[in-house]
Amino acid sequence: MGDGWAHVQNRAGKTRLAKWYMQFDDDEKQKLIEEVHAVVTVRDAKHTNFVEFRNFKIIYRRYAGLYFCICVDVNDNNLAYLEAIHNFVEVLNEYFHNVCELDLVFNFYKVYTVVDEMFLAGEIRETSQTKVLKQLLMLQSLE
Amino acid sequence: MPAVSKGDGMRGLAVFISDIRNCKSKEAEIKRINKELANIRSKFKGDKALDGYSKKKYVCKLLFIFLLGHDIDFGHMEAVNLLSSNRYTEKQIGYLFISVLVNSNSELIRLINNAIKNDLASRNPTFMGLALHCIANVGSREMAEAFAGEIPKILVAGDTMDSVKQSAALCLLRLYRTSPDLVPMGDWTSRVVHLLNDQHLGVVTAATSLITTLAQKNPEEFKTSVSLAVSRLSRIVTSASTDLQDYTYYFVPAPWLSVKLLRLLQCYPPPEDPAVRGRLTECLEAILNKAQEPPKSKKVQHSNAKNAVLFEAISLVIHHDSEPNLLVRACNQLGQFLQHRETNLRYLALESMCTLASSEFSHEAVKTHIETVINALKTERDVSVRQRAVDLLYAMCDRSNAQQIVAEMLSYLETADYSIREEIVLKVAILAEKYAVDYTWYVDTILNLIRIAGDYVSEEVWYRVIQIVINRDDVQGYAAKTVFEALQAPACHENLVKVGGYILGEFGNLIAGDPRSSPLTQFHLLHSKFHLCSVPTRALLLSTYIKFVNLFPEVKGTIQDVLRSDSQLRNADVELQQRAVEYLRLSTVASTDILATVLEEMPPFPERESSILAKLKKKKGPSTVTDLEEAKRERSADVNGGPEPALASTSAVSTPSPSADLLGLGAAPPVPAGPPPSSGGLLVDVFSDSPSAVAPLAPGSEDNFARFVCKNNGVLFENQLLQIGLKSEFRQNLGRMFIFYGNKTSTQFLNFTPTLICSDDLQANLSLQTKPVDPTVDGGAQVQQAVNIECVSDFTEAPVLNIQFRYGGTFQNVSVKLPITLNKFFQPTEMASQDFFQRWKQLSNPQQEVQSIFKAKHPMDTEVTKAKIIGFGSALLEDVDPNPANFVGAGIIHTRTAQIGCLLRLEPNLQAQMYRLTLRTSRETVSQRLCELLSEQF
Repeated sequence: MGDGWAHVQNRAGKTRLAKWYMQFDDDEKQKLIEEVHAVVTVRDAKHTNFVEFRNFKIIYRRYAGLYFCICVDVNDNNLAYLEAIHNFVEVLNEYFHNVCELDLVFNFYKVYTVVDEMFLAGEIRETSQTKVLKQLLMLQSLE
Repeated sequence: MPAVSKGDGMRGLAVFISDIRNCKSKEAEIKRINKELANIRSKFKGDKALDGYSKKKYVCKLLFIFLLGHDIDFGHMEAVNLLSSNRYTEKQIGYLFISVLVNSNSELIRLINNAIKNDLASRNPTFMGLALHCIANVGSREMAEAFAGEIPKILVAGDTMDSVKQSAALCLLRLYRTSPDLVPMGDWTSRVVHLLNDQHLGVVTAATSLITTLAQKNPEEFKTSVSLAVSRLSRIVTSASTDLQDYTYYFVPAPWLSVKLLRLLQCYPPPEDPAVRGRLTECLEAILNKAQEPPKSKKVQHSNAKNAVLFEAISLVIHHDSEPNLLVRACNQLGQFLQHRETNLRYLALESMCTLASSEFSHEAVKTHIETVINALKTERDVSVRQRAVDLLYAMCDRSNAQQIVAEMLSYLETADYSIREEIVLKVAILAEKYAVDYTWYVDTILNLIRIAGDYVSEEVWYRVIQIVINRDDVQGYAAKTVFEALQAPACHENLVKVGGYILGEFGNLIAGDPRSSPLTQFHLLHSKFHLCSVPTRALLLSTYIKFVNLFPEVKGTIQDVLRSDSQLRNADVELQQRAVEYLRLSTVASTDILATVLEEMPPFPERESSILAKLKKKKGPSTVTDLEEAKRERSADVNGGPEPALASTSAVSTPSPSADLLGLGAAPPVPAGPPPSSGGLLVDVFSDSPSAVAPLAPGSEDNFARFVCKNNGVLFENQLLQIGLKSEFRQNLGRMFIFYGNKTSTQFLNFTPTLICSDDLQANLSLQTKPVDPTVDGGAQVQQAVNIECVSDFTEAPVLNIQFRYGGTFQNVSVKLPITLNKFFQPTEMASQDFFQRWKQLSNPQQEVQSIFKAKHPMDTEVTKAKIIGFGSALLEDVDPNPANFVGAGIIHTRTAQIGCLLRLEPNLQAQMYRLTLRTSRETVSQRLCELLSEQF
């Protein structure tokens, strides 16, 4: 991914998580997220999980009412990022024991830690669920 | 409220979040937030020192408020304080606040950097991780300045924990991306490469991203990564699905790492070492084989992970473009995906096949899937999939299937989504032109385009059809007949009126013999559309009318009546009014002969790169179109720019203008002089594109070279990748030339090496000095190189500029002749008629005179000729030659060793369309060379 961003938003367009891997000002960030929301929410299950967007492409996947979106370079590997999203969701699910939207709201500051364990500088940092969860539990024990 | 109980003790935070969620309105939410902000502010300002827990809680609340979209203007200091806490949870909230709410408050940056520094030195892996993540998330220049030297050390130190290595690698990557100048290569680079061998696959995963980015910019330094990446990949691919334990994802061993390794290998050409190459080929074959095996799981995660690796492997095969066997296998695999039930796979197969189509090894194999792709165009529900199908049809098009593909695209256009219509129009126009065997088919196709999608037919497209019709006399009659028929439709698109007006104005006479399309009928047909059209189209039609006056004297009266009417002569639009006034006057005062000359048929347009192609490239970004076009090596050498029904004298614009061109694409077009009453509007568009002809290698470069004889600035060479511009000045025997190399792609050029090559002979007479340029040229960037020039003695040859570079793994080699010519060292000399002839006689020795008689290659225009002689460098002497139609010039060629006086005389013969050029100088070689150079100019 390198330059780009990742975000999670619900169907109403409320942002539940946003990580920026390149510089934008706050207004621009809000605009981008709104635009992506408009593009992604009109697509159905028969559509691909990829949309070209400005100079990037969005790779997204919907879980219940939440859209997980990663915005990457057009040359990046679509399926690798699509599964990276799923890998991330499985970790969240394990960490929060059946994750739901409210977990992301009340524990927003922990979700950032999960992201940083798995993605850093816009790149995939760690893919092993076992290793990530072990590290998260270790950090949890420090509370 | 189950989630609250899940909270870890920051109860106040959970309550606050619940409160916000329970707010019924935006106003209530703002009220609650303001209350909280006041509370926090008073706590922070209070006399009582807050404990770490409270500070953490309040900072976290502020962060939550900020993330809701409200501005936060305090609390930064408290967050910074948290960084120096010894508790992980406090530190973590502090770092999170800093990462999310960065601002370049210099006072705080110093404090933050200090805290980070302490944590990096703490040897506590958790704290080091937090600090590294903060740097990676912020990535500011200040942080790069402070830590770019430290992080490589942490990365390669023997005792660093694996998880810290992972963070350090990606942290360094972020700093390298934002401030590459601050991350110097050093001893650590070779040790970083060896992380590819690390036992911990997480470390390898992180390090591979870093190495890939570094290798893109410094391929030589990281060359050893190729063999290491191949052996790592090989171990993964051949492992049993359980070997890699934690790193096996739905029965696929280390899919993300495999993808990253395959991407790293795409920074390099195929490995030279046969053993490494063989091993890589085995890996790629194994990956292709696995695609044929029955799936180990029905879960989509399994097939996605497996196919992620497969698609990346195919990208590498295409990138290498050297193994026909693998390319054809890849094509067959993608062919299976084209009919897969997963939309994602169909989409990706179409996309990937597009690049396969440009390889000579697989082009034919791709073509066999044409029916499937056409079917996709008709049946896919997702517009982005249909878009890919259009792209692929375009890529697989060649002479054998062009008619079918163009027909399918046209029929798709009728129902295509608005968002992609313009692009399809451009593609159809390009294909129709490129593969036209029969130009009547081309004309029909473009008229169909206008009929089906007139609003999406840009100027470039309709300009183009006119250029082609003008340049090919075999299609002119057909074109006139066809537009005449198309114009019969009660409602036709304005673009059709433009094309029709232009073509009938030029070639209406070819169908005037048929009573159904008599001159008067043609005129009435066009004029019936006049009032429905916009001003530019009306202006065009007025030009058509004046052309009719010349073509068909019998309609002169009717047209004069129209021009004379108040709606024309007093039109509120100044352009229309002026045309009406001038055309009316012209038709009244000019004799038939003059009319015939002024309103002569347009001369052929010069052959240029298609402006439509340029437009498509602009739309799609250079790389996408470039690859296809380059690979097919079928350059459509065609005309360019846009015509407007111009009077014959406008053709002056088709010769190089003596006025200095500006560098770059937005070159100012020469403004035509003469009867067309305006230089505004359409006329300026005539050559709105780059002034340079496409010159892949030596042959075209010869033309470009000639164009620089009489001018010093402009574009010397241009292809889809590279543009070379020149700007030079000369004084006496010295000169200085700036060469501008522009990277037109979005990809870096590597090992960019321009070299000036002079033969021994030339080297003795012409001294060139220059410095090497930076070997990397970023996408979209321009670098310049200055050349200092001294003319030692007169010379004949030209130096050759050779440019070599790597672009996306392929080696590029371009040679162009550099236009440093003897006449650049001319100083003009003014002299009276008497002096001129006296000297002329003094130089009457047969060796001193060289004469050439040649046919005019360009329209014989006095003003242009004068400008060229001045551009050539000599003085233009007026009132010297007894025959005013002749041109004479005088000047001195300066070299270090001698000054050579030169006289020249150019005698045009309009009737025969010939020139006689005579050069007299004191040195035979100089006369010879100047005569050669100048005679190419007319």
